[in-house]
Amino acid sequence: MSMDLLIAICMTVIGAATPILLAATGELVVERSGVLNLGVEGMMLIGAVTGFIVMFTTGNPWLAVFVAAIAGLLSSLIFAVLTLSLSANQTATGLALTIFGTGFSALAGQNYSAQPVELFRSIFPPELVGHQVLRLVFGHSPLVYFSLLMVVACWWFLNRSRAGMILRAVGENDHSAHSLGYSVIGVRYAAVAFGGAMAGIAGAAFPLLLTPQWAERMTAGGGWIAVALVVFASWRPFRLLAGAYLFGLVMTMELYSKAGGGPLSAIPAELWAAMPYLATILVLVLISMRRSGSTSAPACLGKPFIPSS
Amino acid sequence: MDANMPARLALEGITKAFPGVLANDNVSFSVQPGKIHALLGENGAGKSTLVKMIYGIMSQDAGTIRWNGEAVRIDNPKQARRLGIGMVFQHFSLFEALSVLENIALGMDAKIPSRELEKRIRAVLETYGLKLDPHRIVSTLSVGERQRIEIVRALLLSPKLLIMDEPTSVLTPQEVDQLFGTLRQLASEGCSILYISHKLDEIKALCDSATILRGGKVVATCDPAEETSRSMAEKMIGTSLADVEKNASRQFGEPKLVVSRLSTKSEDEFGVAVADVSFSVRAGEIFGIAGVAGNGQNALLDALSGEVRGADSEAITLDGHPLGLLGTTQRRKLGLCAVPEERNGHAAVSEFTLSDNSVLTARDRKGLVGSGLINSGAARNYTGEVIAEFAVKALGPEALAGSLSGGNLQKYIMGREILQSPTVLVVSQPTWGVDAGAATAIRQALVNLAAAGSAIVVISQDLDELLTLSDRLAVINDGHLSQPLDVDGISIEEIGLLMGGVHGTSQETRIVAGDDVAVSA
Repeated sequence: MSMDLLIAICMTVIGAATPILLAATGELVVERSGVLNLGVEGMMLIGAVTGFIVMFTTGNPWLAVFVAAIAGLLSSLIFAVLTLSLSANQTATGLALTIFGTGFSALAGQNYSAQPVELFRSIFPPELVGHQVLRLVFGHSPLVYFSLLMVVACWWFLNRSRAGMILRAVGENDHSAHSLGYSVIGVRYAAVAFGGAMAGIAGAAFPLLLTPQWAERMTAGGGWIAVALVVFASWRPFRLLAGAYLFGLVMTMELYSKAGGGPLSAIPAELWAAMPYLATILVLVLISMRRSGSTSAPACLGKPFIPSS
Repeated sequence: MDANMPARLALEGITKAFPGVLANDNVSFSVQPGKIHALLGENGAGKSTLVKMIYGIMSQDAGTIRWNGEAVRIDNPKQARRLGIGMVFQHFSLFEALSVLENIALGMDAKIPSRELEKRIRAVLETYGLKLDPHRIVSTLSVGERQRIEIVRALLLSPKLLIMDEPTSVLTPQEVDQLFGTLRQLASEGCSILYISHKLDEIKALCDSATILRGGKVVATCDPAEETSRSMAEKMIGTSLADVEKNASRQFGEPKLVVSRLSTKSEDEFGVAVADVSFSVRAGEIFGIAGVAGNGQNALLDALSGEVRGADSEAITLDGHPLGLLGTTQRRKLGLCAVPEERNGHAAVSEFTLSDNSVLTARDRKGLVGSGLINSGAARNYTGEVIAEFAVKALGPEALAGSLSGGNLQKYIMGREILQSPTVLVVSQPTWGVDAGAATAIRQALVNLAAAGSAIVVISQDLDELLTLSDRLAVINDGHLSQPLDVDGISIEEIGLLMGGVHGTSQETRIVAGDDVAVSA
């Protein structure tokens, strides 16, 4: 395999991994606070369509990403009001949010299908971006660097900052946190809003990073992979990074296998496509078999918090 | 008391109502600086509601809280802590997956860098002679160590008033000794302590004064040193307290339950298995099993009840029938009933009605199920019988199990098993967290069941209870059962030493056997 091909594969893997990494980082923080938001796919689609529309009308990718984040955040607030303030079932509400996001994005994007936009390209000097080897470091969209930064920031926040410790405490034992005087609902609102903004950015990454146009359901299950990835990573940011790139690799394999030729096409593309899901199931089984306790899910994950007193 | 010095804390006419209940009715009392003040009362007397108001978790409907003489409003725990009120909860508000240090940091209002905080924690641990590793993850700690976290958390704020809510219910005698040492040291430094408990011997040993609540009202304020446990218990329940009555000339029959060389495998790395346990219980006999929590009591109960099936059918026999390989349903049919320690979710399903809970364990022995269908009339009747016989305070057979107070639910559960007249009854912690009146009723029912010819195994951490009930007694320690001893002529020191096994050197025992052992709950 030539050097060029290897670098090309790496670039594709990183590109493919970035949207799910962004969404999963957000969802990880949400779940660490004890909330299970299954609406990631819907919020991503809302982010994708708003990001695309802003990019199409203004041509400013920074603005597109920003507005997509706001759109994702607002859609997550629907979920937050229903599940946190009104104690609705989180699973059902999350699924409803995904269905809503799918429909809403299709409606909003009706007049935009098959219109091209610019990609959100690297901001480094062209000689670095075009360099045969150095493009591996400098050739990425700002979204890629942002996603890596967010993983580190998320790790630091959760494990080193006081606010992160409170967030983990809320996810671990909501009633205790409440009795210590922390606002469980407030922390969870903030976490859900962050998760929504990240999902919005992740959605915008599809038209800005992967395919520069709008298509209905263009996130193609990326939100679900992100949710699975959080479990796969057992709620730890750096494992999330490793997992996202692994999934990115598998998705890239699917593309190369479809393109035909080489040893990859020995395995059908459909099997490659199924691989992330199979891997998730496998990991879930392994985690539950090990059952060592401290590495598993936040104890209050998915349970509505109703203050007892 | 010095009349010029205002009380550290004074409550005046505190009233709090919940829908349908008046939890606190015009409660007034005061706690002096440097004194240990007991707040006594049965379950549901309003103790917890009262301290929640002092700690700012709830607010009162009427009345005034005075702090060092000044009327204050305490809207939330943060404000309480700022005043200098610390609280150690009965159910620890700890985060299992977090470290000791993180748990303490979460309880602090000021933001302290973790290195500085660790230094201060170590200083407190040293001052009060407490042992705790700040970097351990809480899920790996014992109950006593977990309580120490709460205490350290409170002490770091140099409180002027420390509220302890039933602190000893989960501790070993050694841990209780240490706790009392710490509390006395604190009081001598001028900190007031509000000590909530219904363990009367402890209050006599520790407290300077006591306020007794019943039905939300203050019924007495007294000096525990001048009272007997019995007189305080009677004030608590409002009537005179009956002793457990045993027939002194009782006779035992043939061995009913024979356990020989029973061993189990531990479920996980933290579990304790039962190893090579043998004993037999005769008809009419109550066999006590003492031991500090976590020494294999749960494994033994699971193995006896059939919840965990054994590998050897002869390891457990009832009237000569091998039970070792059978499950709970068959064992019940053959006459072995069991009551596990945990009421909610193990002995009873909180979301089910009492009637449905009766069906769960009494269906075969009481014919509550016929040709695959629940005979709901029979279930209701049987449940009504239990409620009446055991004076369970419930709205009726259709009340949800979860709506009952702990003591009442325990009475229902015990009644449900006892009225099935089992040949063998195995119970764990029959009166855990149950108030004095209900505890006596439950104990009397066990004695009566034995008198009617059943063989009973009582697993308990309450030595007084075991000495009251048992005919013979053995101690479980790290999964091994000691030789059974006749209860007549046994000394608490002897049992204490057997229990202490792994804990080693401590020769002290906290419990003093006296004329009033029967009343401590």
